Amino acid sequence: MYEFDYHRASSVADAAGALGKADDGSLIAGGQTLLPTMKMRLASPSDLVDIGFLEELKGISVEGGGVKIGAATTHAEVAGSSDVASNIPALAALAGGIGDPHVRHMGTIGGSVANNDPAADYPAACLALGATINTDKRSIAADDFFTGLFETALQEGEIITSVTFPGADKAAYMKFANPASRYAMVGVFVAQTGDGVRVAVTGAGEDGVFRVADMESALGGDFSSGAISGVSVSSDGLASDIHAGSEYRAHLIGVMARRAVDAANG
Amino acid sequence: MPTVSMTVNGKSVSGDVSANTLLVDFLRETLGMTGTHVGCDTSQCGACVVHVEGKAAKSCTRLAVQCEGAAVTTIEGLASGGDLHPMQEAFRDNHGLQCGFCTPGMIMAGVDLANRRGNKLDEDTIRNELDGNICRCTGYHNIVKAIAAGAAAMDK
Ligand SMILES: Cc1cc2nc3c(=O)[nH]c(=O)nc-3n(C[C@H](O)[C@H](O)[C@H](O)COP(=O)(O)OP(=O)(O)OC[C@H]3O[C@@H](n4cnc5c(N)ncnc54)[C@H](O)[C@@H]3O)c2cc1C
Ligand code: FES
Ligand code: FES
Repeated sequence: MYEFDYHRASSVADAAGALGKADDGSLIAGGQTLLPTMKMRLASPSDLVDIGFLEELKGISVEGGGVKIGAATTHAEVAGSSDVASNIPALAALAGGIGDPHVRHMGTIGGSVANNDPAADYPAACLALGATINTDKRSIAADDFFTGLFETALQEGEIITSVTFPGADKAAYMKFANPASRYAMVGVFVAQTGDGVRVAVTGAGEDGVFRVADMESALGGDFSSGAISGVSVSSDGLASDIHAGSEYRAHLIGVMARRAVDAANG
Repeated sequence: MPTVSMTVNGKSVSGDVSANTLLVDFLRETLGMTGTHVGCDTSQCGACVVHVEGKAAKSCTRLAVQCEGAAVTTIEGLASGGDLHPMQEAFRDNHGLQCGFCTPGMIMAGVDLANRRGNKLDEDTIRNELDGNICRCTGYHNIVKAIAAGAAAMDK
């Protein structure tokens, strides 16, 4: 890791100020993605501004039938929250399946969403549930937030403060985890709400998380796994790497989607 | 260089370190406490697991400066005097180690698991919760047995 200066922010405003003054500053929350990246020298910020300790970014509150989760809330806190479990159990289960217990103790939802790793779990939940990503400047719909591989709508220096998830009538997430890393090789989040059905896929897309319109319309008419057994997903635009080819990923999307619908109905 | 102060195994410690010093290097190099191991340095193996504010964390994926003011527990902090911690004792009794390289992290993960999930742990739970700890020797069976026995013994 290259040298850098470290600032522990005292507030979101203080963090924004410190970032603004830095040459090439970066926020750090849980550090579970940034520190490994810096060790590999794929990132070399001049300054780290630590927002992981800010109470104003922590905590979970119930809003309508959904939840609002502070950006610095850890995966373990989301997984263990009775408010999340009772309002959106699929979201609590998703958080409990991220990485391993040690990663879940430190990693945060804000860091995960900001990073938009193509194999991360939270982006699928955000997209399928129609979440809103709130920052120190504005609120961004999930549909507009995830713009590509490790790319988001966040501007330079913009800080995520919380993520709001509306509730769903039925929802479930099924992940085919890479056995070594636990990241999703394919993960499918299915949600049924008054507005219809949304199906979001992570782990598979070359450009990150995406929705499957054919499955959404089939499930809109009949929310059963049988309704999508005939829907095939094209392998065009899907990732191919040492873990899985794009054809296999396309197949897994169908399998995981059907399992998710069964689980949501379960 | 920033000065970092924290509590390690109940004792106040401090040292001057550059901001890019990892917690594990602070423990091993600055404090000379070499019980915490570095297996991969890429956040995968769990040999470096310690407890930060009572929660298991990979000390190769935490900066020393992030632990300013924190309470840290390492493998050296488990035994009291000559008496091994029940989880350490269980690893010995169940032959839960061969070379011993992964063992500090396994034991710290096992204690954390018992703290979070209670003293009656079934095999599935233990295996799932060991996702972040890799052992190249044992094949895990005896580690799983040791953690079940250690967790049960922690109840007493
Ligand atoms: C072994 C291992 C296994 C893992 N497995 C999985 C997995 O199965 N699924 C999964 O989804 N993830 C996985 N992860 C990643 C993990 O979930 C990370 O916690 C997460 O991706 C990043 O969160 P963080 O708080 O650690 O962010 P950091 O590493 O601190 O930051 C990541 C990036 O986000 C930016 N950032 C952080 N917070 C904010 C904010 N509030 N506003 C704007 N930008 C911000 C930072 O500047 C940085 O660029 C794994 C990680 C490891 C080490
Ligand atoms: S040395 Fe920290 S996880 Fe391997
Ligand atoms: S006992 Fe040798 S690595 Fe686990």
